[in-house]
Amino acid sequence: MTAPRRTGAHLIWETLLREGVHTVFGYPGGAILPAYDAMLDFPIRHILVRHEQGATHMADGFARAGGGVGVAVATSGPGATNMVTGIATAMLDSSPILCLTGQVGSRLIGTDAFQETDITGVTLPITKHNYLVTEVEEIAPAIHEALYVARSGRPGPVLVDITKDAQQAETDGRWDPEDIELPGYSPEPSPRPSDYRRAAAMINQAKRPVILAGHGILLSGATAEVRELAERAGIPIALTLLGLGAVPARHRLNMGMMGMHGESWVNRAIQEADLLLALGMRFDDRVTGKLQKYAPNARKIHLDIDPAEFDKNVRVDAALAGDLAAVLGALLPSVRPRRREKWLEAISRMKGDAAVRDIQNLPDTGRLCAAHVIHDIWRLTGGKAILATDVGQHQMWAAQYWRHEEPRSLITSGGLGTMGFALPAAVGAKVARPDEEVWVIAGDGGFQMTMCELATVAQERLKLNIAIINNGYLGMVRQWQEFFYDRRYAGTPLLSPDFAALARSFGLGGETVSRRAEVEDAVERARAEDRAVVLDFRVEREDTVYPMVPTGAELQDMIRRPEPALAGAPGPAGSAEGGSDVEW
Amino acid sequence: MSNGEEPVNGGAVRPRVFAVWVEDRPGVLNRITSLFRRRGFNIESLSVGRAKAPGVSRMTIVVRTDATGAKRLAAQLYRLVNVLRADDITGAAAIRKELAMFKVSANAGERTEVIQLATATGARVVDVAPESVVVEATSSPEKIEGLAEVLRPYGILEQVRTGLVGMARGVESVMADPSARAVPQPTVGGRSGDDAESGDGSV
Repeated sequence: MTAPRRTGAHLIWETLLREGVHTVFGYPGGAILPAYDAMLDFPIRHILVRHEQGATHMADGFARAGGGVGVAVATSGPGATNMVTGIATAMLDSSPILCLTGQVGSRLIGTDAFQETDITGVTLPITKHNYLVTEVEEIAPAIHEALYVARSGRPGPVLVDITKDAQQAETDGRWDPEDIELPGYSPEPSPRPSDYRRAAAMINQAKRPVILAGHGILLSGATAEVRELAERAGIPIALTLLGLGAVPARHRLNMGMMGMHGESWVNRAIQEADLLLALGMRFDDRVTGKLQKYAPNARKIHLDIDPAEFDKNVRVDAALAGDLAAVLGALLPSVRPRRREKWLEAISRMKGDAAVRDIQNLPDTGRLCAAHVIHDIWRLTGGKAILATDVGQHQMWAAQYWRHEEPRSLITSGGLGTMGFALPAAVGAKVARPDEEVWVIAGDGGFQMTMCELATVAQERLKLNIAIINNGYLGMVRQWQEFFYDRRYAGTPLLSPDFAALARSFGLGGETVSRRAEVEDAVERARAEDRAVVLDFRVEREDTVYPMVPTGAELQDMIRRPEPALAGAPGPAGSAEGGSDVEW
Repeated sequence: MSNGEEPVNGGAVRPRVFAVWVEDRPGVLNRITSLFRRRGFNIESLSVGRAKAPGVSRMTIVVRTDATGAKRLAAQLYRLVNVLRADDITGAAAIRKELAMFKVSANAGERTEVIQLATATGARVVDVAPESVVVEATSSPEKIEGLAEVLRPYGILEQVRTGLVGMARGVESVMADPSARAVPQPTVGGRSGDDAESGDGSV
């Protein structure tokens, strides 16, 4: 790793390698050319994307799968602005990524030079922190700090914008990586002893407690502590979308997913609880429903690494700021062992007829439903795969009909809800964990937003299995139009290419599947192929995600699957605002 | 919020004063104001200058919000990497001053009257021209409002106000040491810590 010259460009790669970064996702261009030129002198794996948004989602998928900070590289101007969606996605889901962008020469800044964009200004509200580097001496410290900020505390995206002249300038490059100066940054607060005492007392006094398990558990690596707490104190667990996998689906205390498309009994348990123990989650409006009526009888304890989350949406009675694993570890000795059988039995009774209404238990009409496809893939893989989803109906079905047993195995855009996320995120996940089977589940709409990355998959010879849940609609929007806009399908019917033929044009495998009986063989054929395969599942066009809490409704007021559902025409018989299907 | 609801709130909406120490680096002011805009807080006044410690700027920011909003704002400020410390000094024993200058229309006949009014309220006359005088006052915002009120009948041609600056009284001030960054304490439901301690006995 001897560089012929020590330019700023060389320092970029030296610093990254010293920090353990060996893979970057990027796209070259004028202002980042010096860095690309120097890259050839270093053992860096560069994955050429087809659009810079893809690079950010790949870095994000890489990080979420457990690969450490994901790194995306782009040039100035349009290269940098194309990253904005991916940066915002990583910001809302607290995913640690580093975006390195080239910037026009420092003397040209402010002149509206060719491909000049104030990308640090643009990304100010959607990065955890960002840097504009105009001097070669600042390059190594900025990248070093940026990686530290991205992964420490509450993780998030950091952008480092480096002018072309700083990349080209030479330096003797003396710099001590221990010398990190961030006096205003204290990523890990710790709770006061009185906070621990109060929280423990509330847990010990509770009769109907529920744990709300969020993404923070995965980020902190606190799965063992959460299980110990739940088992010791006999507390049932509800998970957020991003929390899926924090506790195995098979665990007896795991009730399932909460919120808008969560299980009805999970939401009901939350509403009837006398204590909510929120672990690394932030009371998003998608999980609380109507705030004024959210868990009205429950005291609330909030554990999060970011104190800014306390009292933001839901007023809490105790707040413990800190790293979840450490805080739970310190809290556990004060929590009394309890069984709480009565409460657990009451929750079991709340399930009521929910199982009967599960689409898996309905008679097979031979037609292809997304839930069947997703459940079949889960069954055939034994659930031992990383699943990357896009956003929409298929995402909710993937949450519901895939049993999430392991942490960091569901890669999905929760907070921002970014369509087009699945395919590039799966690329990142596969690069981070090359020995794992990786499945993409995407809708026909979202897939078309980033399907150019099929070329990246082909060029990098990555083995992915890609299932497109193709219903010819922007399905989730269509569902809202069905429920809340009188079935006026404005802008939702969708023409798609022949995805199988498209995949073959990239040299990948492609198959179209229209009947349920064909699913198993198609999935097994795809898994057996060495190259990536696209399976285009032509599913029921107007299928609906049940159950559903309408926006602004109380959490327990869910629209339920109509009783005879799908035997005949799909869609709800009597639904939504009228409340005829509202259960409690 | 997307569902048209208000988030948590509590306490009266009134002007609240923050003393904020930040690293003196390019773009930091932008980060602060961007945060206020992004989180929906409207800045009433903001003043920036050098703090005692080298490389540190001190801001005094006045914002209208309730008690819960103030706590949320402080917590959000701490999320900024360049923010060293952010204190809500609204209720603290502190000196709060603002510098204001008013150019008042005053001809020879009115001049003495205006000068007397200004002097009586503790303001100073810093410029006299044939048709106007400039009155300068360093005082609390309330007193400056009072001064403006009495000057208004003569015709205020121009005014400039610096916005509030504040400093806690006494040597034991929590604001004395900008390097001692306070870790933001978790906010607990807008209630005092003592009230919420009541469940402790059974541990």
